Amino acid sequence: MDIFFQQIINGLVIGSVYALVALGYTMVYGILGIINFAHGEVVMIGAMIALSIILFLFQFDIPIYLSLALVFFGAIIFCSLLAFCIEKVAYKPLRNAPRLAPLITAIGVSILLQNIAMLIWGRQYYSFPQIFNNDTYQIFGIANITTIQIIIILISLVTMFFLFYFINKTQYGMAMRATSEDKNAAKLMGIEINNVISITFIVGASLAAVAGILIAANYGIAHYSMGFMLGLKAFTAAVLGGIGNIVGAVIGGLLLGLIESLGAGYIEKLTFGFMGSNYQDVIAFLVLVLVLVIKPNGLVGEKSSTKV
Amino acid sequence: MISKILPFHKKLKFIHGLFLVIIALTLLPFVIEESFGRSWLRIFDYTLIYVLLALGLNIVVGFAGLLDLGYIAFFAVGAYSWAILASPQFDIHLSFLVILPISFFIAGFFGVLLGAPTLRLRGDYLAIVTLGFGEIIRIFLNNLDHPVNVTNGPVGINMIDPVMIGTFSFNNKIVIFGIQLTNLHFYYYLLVICVILVIIICQRLENSSIGRAWVAIREDEVAAEAMGINTRNVKLLAFAMGASFGGVSGAIFSSFQGFVSPESFILIESIMVLCMVVLGGMGHIYGVVLGAFILVILPEIIRSVAAPIQESIFGVVLIDPESLRMILFGLALILVMLYRPTGLWNKKNV
Repeated sequence: MDIFFQQIINGLVIGSVYALVALGYTMVYGILGIINFAHGEVVMIGAMIALSIILFLFQFDIPIYLSLALVFFGAIIFCSLLAFCIEKVAYKPLRNAPRLAPLITAIGVSILLQNIAMLIWGRQYYSFPQIFNNDTYQIFGIANITTIQIIIILISLVTMFFLFYFINKTQYGMAMRATSEDKNAAKLMGIEINNVISITFIVGASLAAVAGILIAANYGIAHYSMGFMLGLKAFTAAVLGGIGNIVGAVIGGLLLGLIESLGAGYIEKLTFGFMGSNYQDVIAFLVLVLVLVIKPNGLVGEKSSTKV
Repeated sequence: MISKILPFHKKLKFIHGLFLVIIALTLLPFVIEESFGRSWLRIFDYTLIYVLLALGLNIVVGFAGLLDLGYIAFFAVGAYSWAILASPQFDIHLSFLVILPISFFIAGFFGVLLGAPTLRLRGDYLAIVTLGFGEIIRIFLNNLDHPVNVTNGPVGINMIDPVMIGTFSFNNKIVIFGIQLTNLHFYYYLLVICVILVIIICQRLENSSIGRAWVAIREDEVAAEAMGINTRNVKLLAFAMGASFGGVSGAIFSSFQGFVSPESFILIESIMVLCMVVLGGMGHIYGVVLGAFILVILPEIIRSVAAPIQESIFGVVLIDPESLRMILFGLALILVMLYRPTGLWNKKNV
């Protein structure tokens, strides 16, 4: 039991980041019915932009909270613009094409973004600067939690709260829900579908930017290829919760984080030393395959869903 | 295919054409070696391996419309089958006549293994699951060096046997009429024979009831099912078939290269093969062959040309050839999908 609670804490932290990214997948899926394969790369771009802004701001003597706000603001704006352009260039012309077409362009965008990022930032691993003193606190004497981990959970919660408010209480949110329910009917009710789709991409990208900063802060590393695996896992999380369902994405993200970190902690014991924690990435895929085979609609069933 | 209905003079014409093609294909490696050098003959051999791969993936993606993003995993399975069955790793040295069918069936088995639980999924889910499968295979290859050393981990397996016919090894050199024949030539002929066989199989498949069932599923799965097609089995067959071809080309790749390591089977390779199929035109056999040639040979040209050109214009190498290659891949995928969804080589009857 020694590592059990510690792995739960780690799992919740990483899971809340997965949830943020999964929300982006699930919202786009809910509205357009496509998998935005390039979403993981948007997360990476968010982290890299944030890194550049931090390194730039460090040259001046700016109060820490102001610079932090600037970092988030800059990353969110940039990622939103990026996602807006991706949608216009790669997805919009293919809205009536066969299903495989947007998926293939999405792969193209993904490769493109990754290599452009590599050209700009190079192949090296950047250590993500620590903005806060990373103190460690004990919880009931059974597990440790660091300042950064607390901040990650808090920021994720706040971001998700804003998202739920946006979707459920604002007019744009209502337009999004209507569009995902029935595109044609929404159009007839006077909703500008193209605007709704753009907004969906922008909101998703903003969440991705936040997630990118958080994940880079969590591991302390930023790298041009960090988005790919993260994107896959977040997609798994979205499927686990039931793709198209925003509550499901949050649940799926947290659950996947827990499964993964507990799995990585115990895989050696479970397989009698046959597999080590280097099989950690396999766990997410196994979860994905199992969910798709057993319960393709995800944990939060279609009927009680609040599709976005 | 030569048909019995053809009148005699057309038959004759066909046979003439066939002869010319055979002579051209026989002489081609010498022409390449003379005019471009040995390294290009090697590249040409690799191209043929990719042609085999692309033709295999074309069955899955092009004919049956199932987007498989982990196709390189089957290539890996084939390559490691050969590497394990014909190398000092376990000190097993089987003949290629035994290993080729084995890798064919093992890869096909993996295809079924992956396909059976996932094929009732919708297309885009399938894409992600296959992608995950490809990664799982690679992770296993990377880590299966303990507790029992099967794959030798990240280092890979070395000193793999070449193809042997009787006592003649493909790594031997022989001189006929003053022309030296090396392993590059032997593998060229082996690969050309394989490619021609696979093209014939693909063409026969395309016009068979199975091929038509695949196209029906690709166009409209529900309608296909309503017409009495057992979609699950037919899709599984496409998957297994594509996987088996991938396995065979993997086996040849492994013996040709002499070593295998997990690094050859990363996701980008899957995507590159997919690019070949998309670029050439999904479902169009000759288009896919063309796509493979473009995507292997063009980057090689870029590799030799891009750096000097950039140096002469900008004074420094701004974009290294490897990332330039990847950027062009990405752009190609997007642009082809946007402007020429049927591929560069337009097929008429689709």
